[in-house]
Amino acid sequence: MSHTAIQDRPAPVPPSRKGGLSSRSLPRWAPIGFAIVSIALGVGIGIGAGWESRIQWGLISGLIFVTISYVATSIVENKRQAKDRLATSVVWVCFILAIVPLFSLIWVTVSRGIKVLDTYFLTHSMAGVPGIEPGGGVYHAIIGTLEQVGIATVISVPIGLLTAIYLVEYGKGALAKAVTFFVDVMTGIPSIVAGLFILSIMLIADIQPSGLMGSLALAILMTPVVVRSTEEMLKLVPNELREASLALGVPKYRTITKVVIPTALGGITTGVMLAIARIAGETAPIILLVFGSQLINSNPFEGAQSSLPFYIWDQYKIGSEASYDRAWAAALVLIAFVMILNLVARGIARWKAPKTGR
Amino acid sequence: MAKRIDVSGLSAFYGSHKAIEDISMTVEPRSVTAFIGPSGCGKSTFLRTLNRMHEVTPGGRVEGKVLLDDENLYGSAVDPVAVRRTVGMVFQRPNPFPTMSIFDNVAAGLRLNGSYKKNRLAEVVEKSLKGSNLWNEVKDRLNKPGSSLSGGQQQRLCIARAIAVEPDVLLMDEPCSALDPISTLAIEDLIGELKERFTIVIVTHNMQQAARVSDRTAFFNLSAVGQPGKLIEIDETERIFANPSVQATEDYISGRFG
Ligand SMILES: Nc1ncnc2c1ncn2[C@@H]1O[C@H](COP(=O)(O)OP(=O)(O)OP(=O)(O)O)[C@@H](O)[C@H]1O
Ligand SMILES: [Mg+2]
Repeated sequence: MSHTAIQDRPAPVPPSRKGGLSSRSLPRWAPIGFAIVSIALGVGIGIGAGWESRIQWGLISGLIFVTISYVATSIVENKRQAKDRLATSVVWVCFILAIVPLFSLIWVTVSRGIKVLDTYFLTHSMAGVPGIEPGGGVYHAIIGTLEQVGIATVISVPIGLLTAIYLVEYGKGALAKAVTFFVDVMTGIPSIVAGLFILSIMLIADIQPSGLMGSLALAILMTPVVVRSTEEMLKLVPNELREASLALGVPKYRTITKVVIPTALGGITTGVMLAIARIAGETAPIILLVFGSQLINSNPFEGAQSSLPFYIWDQYKIGSEASYDRAWAAALVLIAFVMILNLVARGIARWKAPKTGR
Repeated sequence: MAKRIDVSGLSAFYGSHKAIEDISMTVEPRSVTAFIGPSGCGKSTFLRTLNRMHEVTPGGRVEGKVLLDDENLYGSAVDPVAVRRTVGMVFQRPNPFPTMSIFDNVAAGLRLNGSYKKNRLAEVVEKSLKGSNLWNEVKDRLNKPGSSLSGGQQQRLCIARAIAVEPDVLLMDEPCSALDPISTLAIEDLIGELKERFTIVIVTHNMQQAARVSDRTAFFNLSAVGQPGKLIEIDETERIFANPSVQATEDYISGRFG
């Protein structure tokens, strides 16, 4: 029975070299070749069919690329290599699909924003400039963003850090579960709701709009993000380090401040910076609580202020050529602000990361 | 100043699981006591009850008494932090602090306890590194990160860190299990020197090592998986290896086990 079964089996495809471990393979430049061919085909089909949309051209090219890679590899190499190539090509196509919007966004912002972006724009407010005419600047909005985001950071970083330390190092039982639950809930609060919450307090207590009120709403949005990221970073610190420190007779609070936090500091900083980047673009609470202004007001505790996202929204609303330019320039400033924060965070993370070099 | 350890009726739990049961023994000062026994019989657990590190594990709980020169470590007025300063510990895997330099690693115990004089720190670090046979290898690069050392050097760094705070007792949990024969020998020599000053307890799976370094040997065993581990016997190392009084000990040592 088994004998016939063996005989019935189709003869295996002989390997190219007898008994060898190597087999035929596509040249290394093959993927680039496939890409060129498929883009050419995609463009050709697009023009032939008279499609307007470049997106369609791109998608067709991507599809052709994946198909060619798979078919060619399965002919020249074998099924397993073909599957490997299929997965690789799909990942590449997805990567490009993801990166295209990002680059086009940056490209549009830079190319449209650079027009009016100069030192005059960065150092002047909109005081006395009619919205529909050129001129004016973004200085008051930069001041507003820096102060509001700064205050929100000062409020939420200590709260967030201490909460995370509590959850990871001390928390157990019902209280820790409750805190985790509320942090989760807070993570999902839409910014407009945080704004309305502060607004209701302002109405009850009869408080006028100011930068501080905006900061409070931003702090509500920022704290859970800080808690979450710090928690993850603290959990990454190996328990052995805590035990090593405790076994030296170091009290727990000093173990946390001198061993656990320094070890996680790089990651914690990155998390805080990302949280700042997130709230720097919030518009809704600012409209509600800071009210917006065309003038320089460097006192965040009194009177209306502007901020970069508010400024963009405000200028866009005016709807003239000059105000569109200003909106794009302010968008560029905001992106640059977030980029710089990210770079700083990366720098700190690298500088503070546990050292492994010899 | 080395101290005597007197354990009586000690059991340790992880939550509701009893890991070791009713252990009583005496560890003499200025001597090396080795713990041997099959994996999972509770050697590490027992070792960690001797400096109150067991209760650091979630659910960790201890019953019984551990007297350190007549003072019960588990007395209600005893501060576990003070206990750990008196009874130091070296772990199975080297665990230098990754953010600190070699110097800072050794100085960590003193610095973090806040109990040191600045001008004496360098002196203590040098003495501890010499004590752990590491000084010559690292004296030119004390500012390099501790994790830049080899595994064996890291383990000796951890020993230096442990002896820098001048404990009375040093607990070592399989300190050589990740090391090559040369580093192992260096650490064994070191143990021989350290016992002049400290009371040393060492867990090991290496029979020859136990025979080489220890004055007394304790054999632990467990009757079945899931059952608590027990102390089978403790005696002079020569007697344990030549002529143990319990059959199970002989079976384990000669490899006729299970
Ligand atoms: N953190 C823990 N939580 C729950 N149970 C544990 C924990 N650590 C150890 N145990 C249990 O306690 C018992 C003794 O473990 P222990 O680590 O003391 O053994 P050991 O003798 O040191 O073994 P080995 O020689 O493999 O290191 C085992 O049954 C183990 O499953
Ligand atoms: Mg163990």
